[in-house]
Amino acid sequence: MDSVFALAAANLVSPVILSFALGLLAALARSDLSVPEAAAKALSIYLLFAIGFKGGAAVAESGFGGTLALGLLAGVILSFAIPLVAFALLRVVSRLSVVDAAAVAAHYGSISIVTFVAATAALQSQGIAYEGWMVAVAAAMEAPAILSALWLVARKGGAAEQEEGLLREVLLNGSIVLLVGSFLIGVATGAEGLAKIESFIVAPFTGVLCLFLLDMGLIAGRGLREMRRGGPVSPALIGFGLLMPLIGGAAGLASALLIGLSPGGAALMTTLAASASYIAVPAAMRVALPEANPSVYLTLSLGVTFPFNLTVGIPLYIAAAVALAGG
Amino acid sequence: MIRHKAKRVEIVIEAIMARRLAAALTEAGVTGFTVLPVEGGSGRSGPWSREGQVTRAGGMNAFVCIVREERLDALLEAAYRVVERHIGVICVTDCEVLRAERF
Repeated sequence: MDSVFALAAANLVSPVILSFALGLLAALARSDLSVPEAAAKALSIYLLFAIGFKGGAAVAESGFGGTLALGLLAGVILSFAIPLVAFALLRVVSRLSVVDAAAVAAHYGSISIVTFVAATAALQSQGIAYEGWMVAVAAAMEAPAILSALWLVARKGGAAEQEEGLLREVLLNGSIVLLVGSFLIGVATGAEGLAKIESFIVAPFTGVLCLFLLDMGLIAGRGLREMRRGGPVSPALIGFGLLMPLIGGAAGLASALLIGLSPGGAALMTTLAASASYIAVPAAMRVALPEANPSVYLTLSLGVTFPFNLTVGIPLYIAAAVALAGG
Repeated sequence: MIRHKAKRVEIVIEAIMARRLAAALTEAGVTGFTVLPVEGGSGRSGPWSREGQVTRAGGMNAFVCIVREERLDALLEAAYRVVERHIGVICVTDCEVLRAERF
């Protein structure tokens, strides 16, 4: 138990988390601090490229191993299944409509790549190794949850936009293409390729992550400000936003233990299953379920679950993974 | 200077639907339009700003099309099919253009 508190304390005073807190407080205090849109985009491209490349280079060194296929399968099953649990829970604890509940559920089945990146940074700072191919699992977990949500709506007689281009758009969204593409470049070029660009993608990584999370803090803070003004997110929904990552994380950890991931890999699988999307899924929901209220799902995933995972969740998931998969 | 009567159609639509609207307009024979980014505004859900939108799903675009009156209905039908279930505004105003052969 002490180790959990020690991890949490170390995490809370890390530059990454304090940068997020700065953004959050600045937005809540109505400061005019902002990160230009193009700069935020460039930071996210850098982070995705760096995390994908480093994962690929690690795989080139250690090989894929027998658990890659199992890891991918577990990730896809989790992404399909978590929305079903989230939907059932939402229908019990809230008065959300079927469409709103399904849209929120889709966000919790999909993943937040920024939370994943923050978790890898936390693992690295503690010297805990993880399977490099977990970035491929992250990419595989983006889309299945969307299909689950559309199925839930269709099953309840609702109308989801049936558009043939939607799935292609989700699967080929810029984040996934960059993550998988840089991962493959890392696999192809290995340690030699990494050595050539190490000074660009390794040393500045944490600093860039700080700036990116400063921006995320600003965005989350603005969302919380909206919530304080009496938005559509009730206390029961906030409770859902805090409980659901623990449920998803527990399922992710159980899967990781079942397939025999390393403690670091198990922590990342837990983090992925606990995180909620706020990039790929909101876009898909606006196209497929336009009647769903974006204020509900964005406030929950970005304003409640993302800060929770970043501050409390990640150290908790690492501690649990180390305790259960470590020995 | 000779001025010609035309219709100006302004469509404010979610950025995520912009590609779909452009395709629908082109299919309806409307090949001339301008797409502008929207900085912010206020609607039924309250004030909204482009600043701080983490995804383009949260952004809005404005389409401006100027057409001859006889092509207006086809344009509106195409636009309505895309906008119908989504956040957005379609409005039509009278305008005048200088080079009629271009519209």
